[in-house]
Amino acid sequence: MTTREGLLRWIIRALAVLIVGLSALAVGTPANAEGETLSGRMVISQTNEAVDGVKITVTTAAGEPVAALTSNKEGKFRTPLPGPGSYTVTMDPKTLPDGIELVDKSAVTKNVDVEPGGFQAVAFRLTDGSSLQPEKETQVFQLLFEGLRFGLIIAITAIGLSLIFGTTGLTNFAHGELVAYGAFAAWFVNVTLGAPLWLATLVAIVAGGALGALSEYGLWRPLRKRRVGLISALVASIGLSILMRHLLLIFVGGGTESYDVPAETETDYGLVSATQRDLIAMMICVVVLIGIALLLQRTRIGTAMRAVADNRDLAESSGIDVNRVILMVWIMGGALAALGGVLYGWTLDLRYDMGFALLLMMFAGVTLGGLGTAYGALLGSLLVGVIVQMSTLVLPNDVKYASGLAVLIGVLLIRPSGLLGKKQRVG
Amino acid sequence: MEILQNALKALVAREAIYFALLAIGLNIQFGYAGLLNFGQVGFSLLGAYGIAITVTTWGGSYWLGLGVGLAAAVVLALLLGLPTLRLRADYLAIATIAAAEMLRLGFRTPSATEITGGTQGLQGFSGEFYELSPFPLDKKYHPFGILFTGQELWLLTVGWTLVALLVLAVWLWGRSPWGRVLKAIREDEDAARALGKNVYWYKMQALIVGGVIGALGGAVQATATRSVDPDTYLPIVTFYAYAALILGGTARPLGPVIGASLLFALLSVTDSVLRDLTTGDNPVISSDILDSQAIAATRFVLVGAGLIALMAFRPQGIFGSRTEVSIDAK
Amino acid sequence: MPSNDIRAVDAAREAKVAAARDLSDVSHEPGVVKPDAILVVDGVRRQFGGLVAVDVDHLEFPRGCITALIGPNGAGKTTLFNLLTGFDRPQDGDWEFRPTADTAKKMRNVPAYRVARAGMVRTFQLTKALSKMTVLDNMKLAATRQQGERIWPSLLPFLWRAQDQAIEARAMELLARFKLDTKAQEYAGTLSGGQRKLLEMARALMTEPTIVMLDEPMAGVNPALTQSLLEHVKALRSDGMSVIFVEHDMDVVRDISDWVVVMAQGGVIAEGPPDVVSANPHVIDAYLGARHDEALPEVELGAPLADDAEAVREEIAAEIHETEKEAGQ
Repeated sequence: MTTREGLLRWIIRALAVLIVGLSALAVGTPANAEGETLSGRMVISQTNEAVDGVKITVTTAAGEPVAALTSNKEGKFRTPLPGPGSYTVTMDPKTLPDGIELVDKSAVTKNVDVEPGGFQAVAFRLTDGSSLQPEKETQVFQLLFEGLRFGLIIAITAIGLSLIFGTTGLTNFAHGELVAYGAFAAWFVNVTLGAPLWLATLVAIVAGGALGALSEYGLWRPLRKRRVGLISALVASIGLSILMRHLLLIFVGGGTESYDVPAETETDYGLVSATQRDLIAMMICVVVLIGIALLLQRTRIGTAMRAVADNRDLAESSGIDVNRVILMVWIMGGALAALGGVLYGWTLDLRYDMGFALLLMMFAGVTLGGLGTAYGALLGSLLVGVIVQMSTLVLPNDVKYASGLAVLIGVLLIRPSGLLGKKQRVG
Repeated sequence: MEILQNALKALVAREAIYFALLAIGLNIQFGYAGLLNFGQVGFSLLGAYGIAITVTTWGGSYWLGLGVGLAAAVVLALLLGLPTLRLRADYLAIATIAAAEMLRLGFRTPSATEITGGTQGLQGFSGEFYELSPFPLDKKYHPFGILFTGQELWLLTVGWTLVALLVLAVWLWGRSPWGRVLKAIREDEDAARALGKNVYWYKMQALIVGGVIGALGGAVQATATRSVDPDTYLPIVTFYAYAALILGGTARPLGPVIGASLLFALLSVTDSVLRDLTTGDNPVISSDILDSQAIAATRFVLVGAGLIALMAFRPQGIFGSRTEVSIDAK
Repeated sequence: MPSNDIRAVDAAREAKVAAARDLSDVSHEPGVVKPDAILVVDGVRRQFGGLVAVDVDHLEFPRGCITALIGPNGAGKTTLFNLLTGFDRPQDGDWEFRPTADTAKKMRNVPAYRVARAGMVRTFQLTKALSKMTVLDNMKLAATRQQGERIWPSLLPFLWRAQDQAIEARAMELLARFKLDTKAQEYAGTLSGGQRKLLEMARALMTEPTIVMLDEPMAGVNPALTQSLLEHVKALRSDGMSVIFVEHDMDVVRDISDWVVVMAQGGVIAEGPPDVVSANPHVIDAYLGARHDEALPEVELGAPLADDAEAVREEIAAEIHETEKEAGQ
């Protein structure tokens, strides 16, 4: 088999065996005389085995039921549609056999746009839990790439966490919620208000900064004034995290959401394939991270932030307005967290509790890099992103986050000061 | 009246036992020794799965399983404590929360289904425990007008006895020189070290003992529900236990028990009230605004707000004394 | 009571006389060998990044004396304290603790709690009174080898109650001596700064130490209490303990110390009795912050001291003679 064929085969599998397969089928078949059709097949990615008896419901975008389907012996399901337009296809994961589940468990719902006379294929990626094993060598590069993308998003969010820790000593367990709120602020602007995604992203960044400022004004500054100890503040941040997360649940519900953007197919760039949106997101991350580095190194406020992080008392006595610096750190941290959340949502589904999973990855990144160092947070986050994605080479997909956490504990065992951290006095 | 009865039942219910046990463990770690264990739910998971796997997967005895679970908790405490107890308090917090999540993900993965039951969990392992029940399992009892089955009553009796014994132990520890060393470590570990105390080892002891009590909590909860389900061991459970502990007052033997009972009674009341308001012919709040998911979420919102308020205004808990805290301000 | 006070003063004077006699033959150079050293430091070096915080070639602390460790800010006094007591680790070097004249323990890499148990107890520059514990609990905590500090026996009070009562009695006795007995049941956090210093010293004594190492015991104490603190320090010597203390205030040093070690830029630049050292121009230079582009060579330091040495030794001899006469009367 030539490399070219290998690549192609891999792309087909990694993306969605079904989309490509059924689209080919659709091209081969003349357009259905009856009009628009939706069809798909339930198949396990690893073994190509058909899964029957899976219940699927199709509704219009407005929620009117169109069809209730069940996959047959060949795993196939198919229904005519009343006309062109947007449809929502939902599968019931409870009807899957034991041990079989969706690769992306949150992806039970697919939104499709059907053109007039179109034949729409829908793919649900299933897994039996063993690792997905397409062509190893190309997969390594693809996962490395995806790891970098994930790592950049962790880094964007973790820098705020790290700076807040550095300047105030607070380990902010509510930082994940800043990410989720940012992601959902953009969702609100984009989906509910119908604004384009770039505008939604900008609004989310501003809202994130405002939320950061609000939490500093409304909670952390008063707590510091009351001389509440760091451990008490940490427990309060957990309270804040629980409060914010469940408020979000009340407002947006427990399902998954995604931005209103046209579906985009991945382009093959040789070793890796990616959508343009992925590449833009990564470029934004890189530009922002460079911007942060310049801000910290070159500007007055950046220098002040580093000074406060280094030695708060000294900074205060040399005339720096520490409270103002901390406020700026919160605004910056909130805005960055929101940006990270939105970029996460550009490719992945949003959920009210997405912040917590990300928070643990941020902790892993920040600890790996060295607690309280901005550059350490960047390096550590990139590594954690790569490790999490690459771990799927040997581990089942659903424990990939566990590998990030294992790294975290491993770092604490071997080099608790992290890669770039100063060696702390122990003993 | 029904609200009151629900609240009364919540006061003594198995949930209250579960959280009381988790919080008693946290009290030794956080209240006395100042250790931040944010992965108590991981210890609880080990206690529960210790029994479930030993009995259901391997066909061993319930009591062996209990031992396995507690031993696993000791191992986890050692594993987490060895690297982190020499470092700043936050490291232990991060390591424990990560370890607990890792355990949950590891136990629920389909690849481990043969042993752990994967996402389905395991059932049918508590028979041996209920065989010992002096109460006929299906008989109905009505103490204080609340309905319990014999099965529930047996579990509650054992559970609350366990809680009582542990409260006694914590009370004894709190008044002993051992407890004094823990408090000294919480206040200033360098001072304790300068006075010849092996701080690292004391912290390790506290971590182990607290973790084992957490595992006992998990064992009781699994026995009560007669099943283990990986997705009940979410990080939020640990934070609930913290809320209970802080509500009742840290570094007091009875604090976690009062806190857990009170927390669940309060939650039960708010839950009942909210449900009353949203149901019926002419609901005060339309269920469009507040559906059942939102009601459940409201409980968490209240817990979160309560934690913040407690830390800001009464870090010593509802029943704590004001003097100790005013010292902090100096 | 007055007769007791007189006796205490006498004891203190005798101890001072004895100490001075022991050291009267010792020359006044950095790193000089003492006839009966209790703590011997060799080549201890500690760097923070590029900064050398401590670099001590050889230093001996005499037994049964009050030794002051002085030097300008950043001279490395507290760092040396931290190293010697196991709170910090050096890059290089060794030190030896000699609890009695013929036993010696290597102390490098010994963890802080074992250093304390071996008989070297320390206090901190910023007092570490355990605020949310009572004064009495602070004291009782410090007693060593407590049965009830083991996790399982602690659950059975009858195993440790007798020992605990003995410890409490000893604690109350010490508290009375430090005039803190009326505060025994109060939280340590309610004490004044000076009282906390007293408590910390009293608490250190509960460990029954051989060497007491005090890090700036007078810092932040109001003048009214200073004198009483000084008396307590002198009393430690009378009780047979060796005292090493870090101090800034030369007056305090002159008043109570038998021997003074001067540190600057991490190293020992001078040693000797207080009067000799305070007259040393290099010490004055170091204190006034005179700039030396390079570390002072030893020869340069030794010379002026040697000149003065004869005179000073005579002075001390005279003083001893005088004191002995007074004591004889």
